[in-house]
Amino acid sequence: MTIYLPIAELSVNIFVILGMGAAVGFLSGMFGVGGGFLITPLLIFYHIPPVVAVATGASQVVASSVSGTLTHFRRGTLDMKLGTVLLTGGLVGATIGVWLFSLLRSLGQLDLVISLLYVVLLSSIGGLMLVESIGAIRRSAKQQPKTVRRPGHHNWIHRLPLKMRFKKSKLYLSVIPVFLLGGTIGVLTSSLGIGGGFIMVPAMIYLLRIPTNIVVGTSLFQIIFVSAYTTVVQAATNYAVDIVLATILMLSSVIGAQYGVRVGQKLKGEQLRALLALLILAVGVRLAIGLVATPADLFSVVFEGAPE
Amino acid sequence: MIRFLVAALTLALGGAASAQDGPLRQETLEIGTSTNQIAITSDFSGADLTVFGAINDADPMLLSRGDYDIVVLLEGPKAEADVRRKERVFGIWVNRQTVTFEHVPRSYSISSTRPLSDIASPQALSSEGLGVDHLRISPVGYFDASDLATFRAAMLRLNATDELYEYEPDGVKFVSNSLFRASLRLSVNIPQGIHTVQAYLFKKGQLVDRRALPLNVVKTGFEAQITTAAHEYALFYGLAAVCIALMSGWLASVIFRKN
Repeated sequence: MTIYLPIAELSVNIFVILGMGAAVGFLSGMFGVGGGFLITPLLIFYHIPPVVAVATGASQVVASSVSGTLTHFRRGTLDMKLGTVLLTGGLVGATIGVWLFSLLRSLGQLDLVISLLYVVLLSSIGGLMLVESIGAIRRSAKQQPKTVRRPGHHNWIHRLPLKMRFKKSKLYLSVIPVFLLGGTIGVLTSSLGIGGGFIMVPAMIYLLRIPTNIVVGTSLFQIIFVSAYTTVVQAATNYAVDIVLATILMLSSVIGAQYGVRVGQKLKGEQLRALLALLILAVGVRLAIGLVATPADLFSVVFEGAPE
Repeated sequence: MIRFLVAALTLALGGAASAQDGPLRQETLEIGTSTNQIAITSDFSGADLTVFGAINDADPMLLSRGDYDIVVLLEGPKAEADVRRKERVFGIWVNRQTVTFEHVPRSYSISSTRPLSDIASPQALSSEGLGVDHLRISPVGYFDASDLATFRAAMLRLNATDELYEYEPDGVKFVSNSLFRASLRLSVNIPQGIHTVQAYLFKKGQLVDRRALPLNVVKTGFEAQITTAAHEYALFYGLAAVCIALMSGWLASVIFRKN
């Protein structure tokens, strides 16, 4: 059964889109990630114009982050003050990202930059996660206690000026790195259609030494607002949000996510991280092949005013 | 005297006969379409357009010999098109060169009684801009001529691959004497806007008449409303997308919490 996407201006098989949404939702529920880094490349593989894929992917991230944020809000594992500083950076970053996005689009280099950013990001994060999780699996097999550098150890980040007290996180920290981290994620959200949780969570834990129980809720809080902001700005500047596509994806992914959560609870943390790492690497490798392999056609045509 | 009369009569009759065959006889073309509007709906998967037509004042002799040829085409709105070529840079394929053409039809579907090259000379086709190879497409700015031909050919080829440009050399059939029917295929990717149906009548390779009719391709109902909303109320449209996202996320967590 085909359905016409009014903004992407093409007909797609509704079951393929439903399947994509459910599969990505399942994986995001299982691993506790937003799934934007999966949905955008999948849509591009399915010939949805990259601009529509990125903008619509951002709106899907909003849907998949809502229920998680609500849970953390109820439990009180959310540092509003820290989240607000992150968010301020995120909004600035997202604005820059959308501007860059339009610029690259007019230069005809959007596809390339999206692919390159994805390859760099996914292969580095995936690689690091894989090494870390394999180490953890080995340690747990040998019954060794995990050695974690305790929060509170100071590095150069903690000597920066403009310090602020974050009560909930029990931290006295410069706002500069928080703002910059939020900004970087904001650029990535608006240019790649991802939430950025899989980058933000480790960065908050290892670089900023924020207590782990606060990290997920606070990062989800920023992700919702930045991806919602990105959706609105992409809709207003590039007219690229396909609401029909977004609705099908959201409905199937939020349902898929509920089943993913149940499966995820049966697996150990380090096994989950290893699987997620493999998944991230696989998407990265697939995109890398697309960049290096000789394309079927060296030429491409873009009509003025058509979605790209 | 009788001889003279006979000669004059023969001349007159002959003259009349030849006049009837020549400038006096002016065939004209009439066409009509099965519809004057194509609606893009949520289950749109392309469409077929039937064009009916008749040759007025056709010579039965020429008709029976198949000396009349009909070319029917559907041309989409024209736009600028960027044609890009990838090159390998440090092992990665990158868009390096862009040539912009203007007046490029966004779709072009053509049907004829015989292959175009059999109907008229390349010069005649070219002067009418008839057929994909003869489209009047000009580059914006100055480019190397050999490159230009490559880019032009690539664009026409890609448009054909995307089913935007279609050619059916035997899509026009005579149903009876001077009545004909042409079928044109509209791709699923057909652009919105005013398209034109054009018909050309050739007699022994000479263009005798042509007709044109507009055809409106529009998104209707829901699709049209969404497109309008996305462009004219972009901010509200974006907010609506966010609301749907918030609602579906919240709804899922409520529904599944009870389980």
